[in-house]
Formats: sequence, structure tokens, C-alpha cells
Amino acid sequence: MDDAVSVRDLVVDRGRQRVLQGISCVVPRGAVTGLLGPSGSGKTTLMRAIVGVQTVSSGTVTVLGRPAGAAELRHRVGYLTQAPSVYADLTVRENARYFAVLQGRGRADADRAVSDVGLAKAADQLVGTLSGGQRSRASLACALVGEPELVILDEPTVGQDPVLRADLWARFHAMAATGTTLLVSSHVMDEAARCDRLLLIRDGRLVADDTPDAVRATTGVDDLEEAFLRLIRASEQEGAGEREE
Amino acid sequence: MNPRILAATTGRILRQLRHDKRTVALLVVVPTVLLTLVYFMYVDQPTPPGRPSVFDQVALIMLGFFPFIIMFLVTSIAMLRERTTGTLERLLTTPLGKLDLLFGYGIAFGLAGVLQSTIASLVAYRVFGLDTAGSLWLVVMIAGVNAVLAVALGLFCSAFARTEFQAVQFMPVVVLPQLLLCGLFVPRGEMAGWLQAISDVLPLSYAVEALQEVGAHADPTGTMWRDVAIVGGAAVAALVLAAATLRRRSG
Repeated sequence: MDDAVSVRDLVVDRGRQRVLQGISCVVPRGAVTGLLGPSGSGKTTLMRAIVGVQTVSSGTVTVLGRPAGAAELRHRVGYLTQAPSVYADLTVRENARYFAVLQGRGRADADRAVSDVGLAKAADQLVGTLSGGQRSRASLACALVGEPELVILDEPTVGQDPVLRADLWARFHAMAATGTTLLVSSHVMDEAARCDRLLLIRDGRLVADDTPDAVRATTGVDDLEEAFLRLIRASEQEGAGEREE
Repeated sequence: MNPRILAATTGRILRQLRHDKRTVALLVVVPTVLLTLVYFMYVDQPTPPGRPSVFDQVALIMLGFFPFIIMFLVTSIAMLRERTTGTLERLLTTPLGKLDLLFGYGIAFGLAGVLQSTIASLVAYRVFGLDTAGSLWLVVMIAGVNAVLAVALGLFCSAFARTEFQAVQFMPVVVLPQLLLCGLFVPRGEMAGWLQAISDVLPLSYAVEALQEVGAHADPTGTMWRDVAIVGGAAVAALVLAAATLRRRSG
């Protein structure tokens, strides 16, 4: 049980729609795991299940040795939602300070989290006046302020400029180097190469669970986007006419 | 509940309000403007001998209703925003307890209600010569309890609204029946039995009775304290119901 997250046969239904169709996977400790897949593939639902805010139909999700959503996990897991969930009518600093207190941290931690996401200059601006990219970084600062052991980031780099995106990925790897576990979702395949490990999901099923190099090796192509395409085609042939698209 | 988290949550909600200068200005100015209207509406109306003037009766009740109506609306919208922008879901993944959040709202907007009713009461007493046997501060206290009740009802009702349009529609549903049946328009004793029965279960009927006690008696009466306790109890009951609408897990 050395994995930070272990998911077994997870099924999630939303209304009549089956969103996750029996997913089993693990997220290893102290590494950056990428969760990739097209929009609507179930990435957010899987992340919500790991954070423990998603009602699940069957299967188990174990997080840091405890069932997902257990009360003692609330100060050990940081969650960045896809839409920035920060208060638009507070400044960046006020947001960070509030979430810092919730995690038992102080003002210095809040200010550090703000500068870590490159918002030191905008710290006293109201979040409502920020650009989309800045707003999502403000939200990221609030997710990281408690220095959680496990960080779940739902599309943290969407809308960021390339330089900032590189900075953020460098930061994620620095965190992993100190033992933090990160699960980062993205629908942009060029981010896959930056991850230590990859989970590819499509239509609520796991298509690949491997390192980027192993994915390249099994498919025989260098480009991860092309590699994923081959994996998806292969899995569709296995599923033989079970689904269409 | 965790005192640090509760204090931080209360502070956060007040800070959000403070950044919204126009809302603060409206909170302060609108009751005064309405009191002015009411004052001039009734200024030439004759007062039956031995009874308080119509302005005294109406203004006293208005002082109790302002914070109730406004805090109900403000809370419904604020909580709906927490739900729709994802901050509520995020908060519930942190060590924050549901009661930290609910009491944070109760304290923050309760204070805002007290501030509003203090200003409105000072204007009513000092500028328009509102005359009550009891103290202005008893009126402010009752208005404060009303505000807390309004916050609790707002937190609860926001669970049943998906949009701001829906949320504001709960205002007439929650407020108007209580205003109509509180005894301001027709004394409660003169209403049909079934109307009285409805009035008996509406908490604002007791708030109005408490205010009328302050109007008629120099010292706080037992009836007034009992009524304040009933309104406070209703607020606690509404907060418990609101807690039941906060789910850490959803579909």
C-alpha cells in the first residue's frame, strides 16, 4: 500500500449516464501523475471521487491509506477545481489568508503561496478584476497553501502563458521531489510528456496507465498524441462494436 | 466548531461585504429613506387619544422588518454564490465544519443587521421623534435577533434555488406572509381562527409582539423575553435545517 491513491472498480453514475465504467488505477507517491483525456471523458469525476466529494455507485477509493473523503484527510489533500473557486470580491491575499487559516496556517504561508504562483504583484487586487489565467492561479495558491501531501489539480495550466506554464510544471516537480504526490489533469496532450506517469481515460474507461516512455515504447511512436490515438484505436477494437463514435 | 476557523469565516464574509461599497451604502441609506416616506405619509394623520400615533406603530415594526428582509436576501444570494462558484464544495474539502460556515454567516450578517437597525433606529428616534416607552436598544436587540433568523432562513432557502432569479423569489414567499399576518394590518386577535393559527407558527409574529411590548412598557417584559427566545429558537432550528442541506458528497 505504498501508493497515495488506489482506485478499484470505480463506477459513477450521474442521472442515467454512467460516467466512470469501472476504473482501477493507482497514483504513486512523490510523483506527478497526469490524468489525460478529452473533455467529458470523466477526468473531473474521477478527481472528485478521489477528493471524496463525488457520490459513487460502486468500487472503492483509498487515499493515503484512508477511505476517500475521510475527515482526517481534509488537511492532507489539496483540491483545485476546474473553474476557479475563489471569492471574486476578495483580494488574492485575502483569499489565500482565509484558506490558510482553514488549513491551520498563518499569514506568512499565505503570502508565500501567492508569490509561488507568480501573483505577488497582484496580491492586493480583487480576484474579480484579474484575468482568467491569474484567477486560476489565485485558486491554485489556495489549494497549495496548506502544503498538502496529496494535491489534486483539475486543469491548472489552462489559459496560462507558455512561460508561466513551464514555471508551474517546474514547481509541481519541485513539490514531487520533496515527497508531495500530484495528480494533474489536462486535455492538452503536450503536457503529458511533463508527467512522471500517465493515466489516459476516454468515455469513462482507462485506456493507458504507464510512464510516458513506456507508452511510446508499446506504441512505437515518439509523439504522445499519436501514441494515444493508437491506444484508443486498439482499445476500441477490443471493445468490438460495443460502442460507437 | 473551531474558534479560529469560525472567526476567520466571519471575518471573510464581512470583508467581502466591505469591498462592496455600494451594498454597504444601500444597507445604511435605504431604511432612512423609507422611514422618511412613512413619516411624511402619517405626519398629518390624527392620532386617537390614548393611543400611540400611527407613525410610532408603523415605524417600530419597520425597524424590525428592515434587517429581516435585507439580510434574508443578502444571505440567500451570498450562499447561492458559494454553491454555484464552487467555493462551497472547496470549503467542504477543508477542515472547516458546516457549523463554522453557518455560524460565520449568522454572526457576520447578524452584525450587519445590528448596524443597519442601529442607524435606522437613531434616525427614527432622533430625527422623526419616534416615541416608545421602552429603550431604543431593546428595539435594536430585537432587530438583531430578526437578522439572525433571516440569515438562517436564507441559508436554508438557498439550497432550493439554482439561480439568483429563483433565490430572490423566495423573498416574497418567506417575508410577505409574515408581514401580512404579524398583526400590523389587522390585530392578531381580530383575525379569523385559521389565520391566527398560521400567524402563531410564523416567527415574525413574535418579533412584532416583542417590539410592541417595547413600545408600550418602559421596562422589558416577560412576554418580550419569551418572544425574543421564540425568534432565537426559530433561528437555531433554521440553522439546523440549513446544515442538513450542506452535503460533502454530491452527484
